[in-house]
Amino acid sequence: MTDVLHLANITKRFGETLANDDISIRLARGELLALLGENGAGKTTLMNILFGHYTPDAGSVTVNGRPLPLGRPRHAIAAGVGMVHQHFTLAPNLSVLENVICGTESLWRPRSARAAARAKLAALSERFGLAADTEAMVSDLSVGERQRVEILKALYNDASILILDEPSGVLTRPEAERLFATLRGMAAEGLSIIFISHKLHEVMSASDRVVILRGGRVAAERRTAETSKEELAELMVGRRVERPQRQARPAGAPVIEARGIDVVEGGALRLEGVDFTLHAGEVLGIIGVSGNGQSTLGRLLSGLAAPARGRLSLQARDAGAATPGELIALGVARIPEDRNAEGAVGSFPLWQNAVLERIADPRFSTLGLVRSGAAKAFCAGIIRRFDIRGGGPETETRLLSGGNMQKLIFGRNLADTPKVLIAAQPTRGLDEGAIAAVHREILDARAKGCAVLLITEDLDEALALSDRVRAIVKGRLSPPVATDGLEAQRLGLMMAGEWEGLDAA
Amino acid sequence: MQFERRARPPIWLTLGAPLIAVAVALLLAGGLIALSGAPVFEAFGRIASSAFGSRLALTETLTRTTPLILTGLAAAVAFRARVWNIGAEGQFYLGAFAAVWAARGIDLPWPLLIPVLMLTGALAGVVLLVIPVILRLRSGVDEVVTTLLLNFIVLLFVSLAVEGFLRDPMAFGWPKSVPLPADARLDKLVAKSRLHTGLFIALACAVAVWALDRFSVFGLRSRAAGAAPEAAAFAGVPLGRTLVKVACLSGGLAGLAGAIEVMGVRGYLTTDLSPGFGYSGIVVAMLANLNALGVVAAALFVAAVFVGTDGMSRALEVPSYIADVTVSLSLLAMLVALFFAQWRIRR
Repeated sequence: MTDVLHLANITKRFGETLANDDISIRLARGELLALLGENGAGKTTLMNILFGHYTPDAGSVTVNGRPLPLGRPRHAIAAGVGMVHQHFTLAPNLSVLENVICGTESLWRPRSARAAARAKLAALSERFGLAADTEAMVSDLSVGERQRVEILKALYNDASILILDEPSGVLTRPEAERLFATLRGMAAEGLSIIFISHKLHEVMSASDRVVILRGGRVAAERRTAETSKEELAELMVGRRVERPQRQARPAGAPVIEARGIDVVEGGALRLEGVDFTLHAGEVLGIIGVSGNGQSTLGRLLSGLAAPARGRLSLQARDAGAATPGELIALGVARIPEDRNAEGAVGSFPLWQNAVLERIADPRFSTLGLVRSGAAKAFCAGIIRRFDIRGGGPETETRLLSGGNMQKLIFGRNLADTPKVLIAAQPTRGLDEGAIAAVHREILDARAKGCAVLLITEDLDEALALSDRVRAIVKGRLSPPVATDGLEAQRLGLMMAGEWEGLDAA
Repeated sequence: MQFERRARPPIWLTLGAPLIAVAVALLLAGGLIALSGAPVFEAFGRIASSAFGSRLALTETLTRTTPLILTGLAAAVAFRARVWNIGAEGQFYLGAFAAVWAARGIDLPWPLLIPVLMLTGALAGVVLLVIPVILRLRSGVDEVVTTLLLNFIVLLFVSLAVEGFLRDPMAFGWPKSVPLPADARLDKLVAKSRLHTGLFIALACAVAVWALDRFSVFGLRSRAAGAAPEAAAFAGVPLGRTLVKVACLSGGLAGLAGAIEVMGVRGYLTTDLSPGFGYSGIVVAMLANLNALGVVAAALFVAAVFVGTDGMSRALEVPSYIADVTVSLSLLAMLVALFFAQWRIRR
């Protein structure tokens, strides 16, 4: 096989951090290469250099035997490199066809050659199995469909090398599986593909070869067929990472009881007749494909949504109309679904984010004045106890990595030994090391008698941590089933909404 | 060329940004002065001496600084919480109107009269800003539009008042209101000048706003509500109530500015009481990077440019528009400087 792409000795420094340190990678024609690494390992920086978003401090890129002038995305496109970003770059107010041809035609043409473009696009979607309605507005498309449009856009520019940055990050599992099947088909057609990922299972199932980046350097390279998940995990993190194991323990008294709850949000019925009981010292997992009401369930239990019907009680007290502040005062710890938007104010120093939701507590304010000394000490305590790296109490919060920000959010909630922990998608977007840390915190809280409600899309996570799981489908909850000895088939039926005749645990 | 966000904006750049902006604005203004045929260095000399060069000049500059501190604070307080109050001009006039109108109706001994009139003026500003903010919270009406347009409504209303029900019958047909009683006038700070004790009130407000922002729960919450509404709501900050409180503070400061101006300088209401103090307050707030203590310095700068340019243009026949141009340039330069304090160029 011949190399279509050769990245040689790429080095890139941002301020004091070395994002890429002498990285060399080759890509063969028709190959599906996975670029694996934790957040901050330098994957995205490397691909941005290849695509011309950044200029490297040293190193060169060769495409099809010719050196690629760096620092200009235009040159990369002309050389046949296409990139699909993690955050899509489509205009929602234009149609699929318009998005694809946007930027490909000279501005001086009196009108665009749509018929030809449509024919070319149709041929491409036929050849690579990427179905797309060319006339649909992008705003009407699902996330998975938008990603297909992004790929088509790259192919339309005659890309022979395709780079996908965390392509499965925004997809549901079936969508992700379909995507990787499509990518394999495209590689078989002769395209060369690099995808960035930190998920081991998709790297194992989809790629031909894996390059593992760690701390800005190439840590190792493996043929996928000759390696294992365990080896990759160790290479990626640089040490053996083990997710903690759940120990059997009896559940305690009921802490939260929901009876027949309906919640209406944005004019739509998001939760319908929801019943559940959460006991002290247990983890109840809520599984399901996103968009089935789990966000609303999280907001209901965080004090941001109120039931239109039904009763929510916390230790036998009515908590349906409780505000976030009241819930916190009652001992409810809350992990928001969207860490960046809801979990912290990015421009605030860590100590302010550590106490913002507890600012009414007399420990942190008297007579309307913030007790900043006590607040900073509290924050320093969290930083020590939860091993938050990357800053002290005065550091701006946006500078933290996702994992460390999540530790801050867990830390401020768990510092006072809460009675209830509501964790919505607690490990979304985190790397292996941070996931293990979050799992440990959840199981520790459970061991101390905290009642944990875990809302997650990650089945492995739900099964590993939960005593019982329930599926959420179209705003309704399945009966609970014990996770010990649970068969995959039964789980599949639950997630599909087929739970009539299942016996509850 | 690309822009990259700085991890930590260097401290010298954050503090130096306003100075660099002012320097660039003065440089560009110098070019325009040269274009109009006047000697540039002499012109700047005249600006400086007309603003600071004599007792009269200095008191005049400080007289102008007083309302600018208050309207600058009004803008800074609101902008920090992302409440886009463009209506300080209207709140200023309604505050002045309310003070004059109330002075006719109430009869109090003087130690009480002045605070009551100031409070009335502040209250008028509060009402005028709280309404648009509630409209935004309830129905999503953009407060930029409503507060801006209310300025014109209020100015026409004041015009109606001074030509109608508040008209001074002794003014020989001039459109001005009845004068305030002597008890309602603020004391002069310097004899034979226009400078009045309102300056101290403005300075006290600046310190109070700074302390509120820095040390209080309200300051923390309103900044959170402005910077990240979703995170603030999740943390239990009552968004609506916080923004209404911010509106009260901002509108109150602008209304107070109007009341103090009419009680300290003129003693009666006209439709030219403010040469755009409300709008200049926005420039002052931006130049101060929304910092309450910075507002004092920025207000002094803007006032000095206006007063100094007046003197310079009389002497050298440079059109006095140059003052507006300089202040506007300094705002633009400040925006650019702030951008570069946050971002750096990467090639």
